[in-house]
Parts: sequence; structure tokens; C-alpha cells
Amino acid sequence: MIRYYLDFEKPIQELELKIEELKRLNSGQDLNISAELDKLEQKAAEMRYEIFSRLTPWQKTQIARHPDRPYTLDYIKMLTDDFIELHGDRRYSDDPAIVGGIGSISGTNVVIIGHQKGRGTKERINRNFGQPHPEGYRKALRLMKLAERFNKPLLTFVDTPGAFPGIGAEERGQAEAIAVNLMEMSRLKIPVISIVIGEGGSGGALAISVADRLYMFEHSVYSVISPEGCAAILWKKNGDLGSADFSRAAEALKLTAQDLLRFKIVDDIIPEPLGGVHRDPKAAAEKLKEVVLDAIKELRGKSIEKLIEERYRKIRRIGRITGAPPVSNDNHKHPPGPSTS
Amino acid sequence: MAWFKRTKEQKADRRVKIPEGLWVKCDNCKEIVYRKEVERNLKVCPKCNYHFRISAAERLKLLIDPGSFRELDPDLASTDPLRFRDSIPYSERLAENRKKSGLSDAIISGEVLIRGIPAAVAVMDFSFMGGSMGSVVGEKVTRTAELALAKRIPLIAVSASGGARMQEGMFSLMQMAKVSAAVGRLKDGGVPYISVLTDPTFGGVSASFAMLGDIIIAEPRSLIGFAGPRVIEQTIKQQLPPDFQRAEFLLSHGLIDMIVSRKDLRETISRILTLLK
Ligand SMILES: [Zn+2]
Repeated sequence: MIRYYLDFEKPIQELELKIEELKRLNSGQDLNISAELDKLEQKAAEMRYEIFSRLTPWQKTQIARHPDRPYTLDYIKMLTDDFIELHGDRRYSDDPAIVGGIGSISGTNVVIIGHQKGRGTKERINRNFGQPHPEGYRKALRLMKLAERFNKPLLTFVDTPGAFPGIGAEERGQAEAIAVNLMEMSRLKIPVISIVIGEGGSGGALAISVADRLYMFEHSVYSVISPEGCAAILWKKNGDLGSADFSRAAEALKLTAQDLLRFKIVDDIIPEPLGGVHRDPKAAAEKLKEVVLDAIKELRGKSIEKLIEERYRKIRRIGRITGAPPVSNDNHKHPPGPSTS
Repeated sequence: MAWFKRTKEQKADRRVKIPEGLWVKCDNCKEIVYRKEVERNLKVCPKCNYHFRISAAERLKLLIDPGSFRELDPDLASTDPLRFRDSIPYSERLAENRKKSGLSDAIISGEVLIRGIPAAVAVMDFSFMGGSMGSVVGEKVTRTAELALAKRIPLIAVSASGGARMQEGMFSLMQMAKVSAAVGRLKDGGVPYISVLTDPTFGGVSASFAMLGDIIIAEPRSLIGFAGPRVIEQTIKQQLPPDFQRAEFLLSHGLIDMIVSRKDLRETISRILTLLK
């Protein structure tokens, strides 16, 4: 099997190649080779643990963008017993960078939306590397409203470098399309669950992830700007940028699932198999299914009013400020904002 | 996507300043004009109608009834949750900007009268870190919208921003959701919201409350969009069409309701509010 290895995985790659070669040579009778194989496999496991338990934010960013990592449609295939993809925003076009449809997960009917990157050059280009145009966000909105109309929980998968910066995107109102989704998602009368499966790229990611529950896979990232973009703003004048700069920027941006859990911006982290989701997608999907079904069950237990009020408060709280809390009005209680001092 | 371009901000700073001295060169038509005349004209070029960038305080002065401003949350300030450091620590950058501008952050909000009509306003100031939206801008817009809803008075927001504030990371990004949710409640409550877009309005601000107005007004020639023109050019490796992302471009693409000159802004808003009553 041909795998794609990232730079920092090279020591693992060397070992795994050695193991595969030995396996080929080993007819099963040679006890020496068998013993050596055991030793190497043990060593490989230790090395994977060693490397993956101490990933830097930049390494996590690379894992999050790993070309073998499962994409939205892969998860849909693994999670659902039945799924029908739906197309188009009914206004302009069908954006292949966002997919969505109706499906069933272990008997629970849901609507699923997600960014979709492509595999192979042709599909990657067709899906615009997972960077949506306004019509993608408007398709997503149409499916959200469909979910609301038929009272189905909404599941969204986040995996995009960002909304596409282009002429057509601006002409058709990229900013407006994102803004409307943020507003509409905040008051959808159905449970909304979002999972960052890979790369959460800024406003283009947020536009489908205003949710009652926001989860991140262990090595996924979510950021206001890419480490490359951040480095370019901060250090471009110093000359050409390299991975050391991106690494520094990734560190500074606090974009890992672990940072964002600590900041209470995400609700929980979904653990990944050792070596990343792409090493064992089925195991990851099983875990994901468990998390999603639990969340749906819990959220279904709340009245719509409570659900929407709690979603508002959840978003409302985010921010770090000092100063006086809002003045409360006679006939209106302000929902609690960020803690102030 | 780079919403917050330092290079752009520096350039903008040069643009926004009308140099001391008797004469000013207009950035748009390059004519040399008498400074006093520009200032008398609400910082609009008398030759070509170019609208110079103005501060939040100057904006308030031309928008609201004199003496009617009651400021909200003047003391809200950002902390440095990421302990972010660019060339200097973010906390120092904040202190520098506070000193330079006399503002606590890139926005002023308050309760006002516009031709006698009570309203809640939030006005951004581009000179404070490129008008970037972090926790304070997000919180103040949200509180202003909540106040408008509680008192059932219209909300007017005036934007001038390069986008989300990188130095507060995901806290900044999530402000987009927060302010949009607050605007959603205004819409549910049937309280009018007028959004005024000024030069420039981009990124996390345009992709949240700025593009959600019941009525959206822009100043002539102002640059408005999601991604900045430089980022787009670098991505598509093409020259951008003339007038791309100008207010006039947005109007012709159906993205805003109208373009209103600075001198007519108060009058137009008061007419809209009267008609929506
Ligand atoms: Zn001029």
C-alpha cells in the first residue's frame, strides 16, 4: 500500500518499509525474521506514539490537511445506512465545494452538509480545493431550511482552507452569503451539530458551523487565518517564508483542538486512531457516530425555545474583555456576555 | 484568507491623514485642494466627491443630533488571551493604539437622536488597528443590538474594517457568529437595522453584521468586499476589473440598496426610519 508521509513521519516511514520488506521475505518458517519483525513492529508503534502524542500546532495543521484524511463524503459513506445527495442553490449553480443531503444514521434521519475537498488533481480542481463560492453557502442554507421544515437534526462537517477569494465570489456576494448563514444557523429550530474533521479555515468554515455542539477531531485545526496567511502578514518583509515561519504562526494562533477546548470555544475533542484518522478511518467513524448520536439524543430532549436560547447564550459568551457588564434594562434581561472584570 | 493586512493598514493610514498645512492633495483625483474647504465639506473632495476616511467621532458628529450622544460601554477593553506577539506584544499594540486614538478599541457605541428619532448606533474607527473586530468590537455591536431590541429603537451600524482581528485568534472569528445572532434577534423582533458601509469594509465585518442590514447604504467609491483585492489578485493571478469592490460595483450587482453622500446621510437615515415606522 502506498501511503503519503509527512516530513515528520519519515522515521515511521523508514521502519514501515523495512517491516513490509521483511514480511515479503518471510515465508513464515524463519524464526529469526519473525522475532525481528516483532521487534520492529513494537518499535514502530512506540515511534508513532512518541511522534503523535507530541505534535506541534504546525504538524497538526499538516495532518488536518493530509491528502489521505477522510473527507465529508467518506464520513457520510461510513456513517449512514442510506444517503441521498442533493444539489444546487436554486439561484445560480451547484457548488461542488460543499456537499449535502438527507440520510439515516442507525435509524436516525438527519440532514448532512459539509465542505468537500477532492482527491486527485481533476477532482481537486473541480471541487476548488474545498473553497466554496456564495452558491455553496446558499445551497447549505437551503438544506438547513429543509432540515428545519422536516424537523431533522443538522450535521455539518467542516473542512476548508476558506471561502474562495475570487471575482465571481465577490460579484455574487460572498460576504452576504456567509453572514446570512451565521444569522440563520443561530436560530434554526432543530439541533445543530458541527464537527471539524480537518481544516477549519476562517469565515468560510464558520458559515456552516454555528452549532449547539461543536466538536473537533484530535488533530484538526480551526483558525481565524491560516498559518501561512498570518506569517505573510507578520514576516513577509523579512524575505521568503518557510516552514519555520508557518510553525511559529501556527503556534501563535492557538488553532488546535486542545487550545480551543481550553478556551471553551469547542465542546469536546473526538480522539483519533494513533497516526491520525487516515490510519484507521473506520474506527474514527465509529467513534464519531457514537458522539453524534449521543448529542442528537441529548439535544432532542430540549424544547425548541430552550435549544435556541442556549445556542444564543453559548455564542454570546465567547470573547475576552475587561470592563463593566451590560446595563440591564427594566423589562429585558441581557443574556450573560463574556466574563468581565 | 488575509483579512488583516498590515501593509494595507499602513497605506490606509497615509491616505486617511489630511496633512497639516493649507493644502491637501486628493487621493482620488490628485487635485490640490484647500484644506479648510475639504474640512468644511465633511472631508469630501470638492473637486471629485472623494470621501476621505473619517474617525468615529467625526462620523457621529455628522450623523446624529448635536448633544444627543449617550455613550455605551466606554470602558470595555480587549485582553490578550493568546498572548500574541507580532513585532511587539499585542498588549503593547493595544496600548499604543489607545494612546494614539484616544479610543478603547475600534468602535464607539451609544444611544442617540437622529432628527429627533431615538436610535442605537455603533460606529467603527479604521484608525484603531485597521478597524479589526476582536472581542470588544463583537461585544459592543452585540450589546448595542440587544439594547436596540430591548428599547425597540432602530440600530444603525457604521462599518470601517479590514476584518477579524488576527491577534485574538478564534475569539475574533467567533464574534462574527455572535453579532450575526444578535442581528437575527433584532429581525425576529421587527426592529429596523440600517447598515452603513464605509471605506473599507472587509472580511469578518462584511461577512457578519455589515451585510445583514434591513437596508444597506454605502458611501461613494468605498471599497467593500469579503476578500481583499490583493488576496484575490494573488489567488487568481489576474488583474481585477476597474471599479471592482467599489460601492458602485456592489450597487450594480444588487448587493446594497443605495449609495449616499456624506452630507445626505443623516437626512436619508431619518427619512428611512420615518418610513419604516
Ligand atoms: Zn478629489
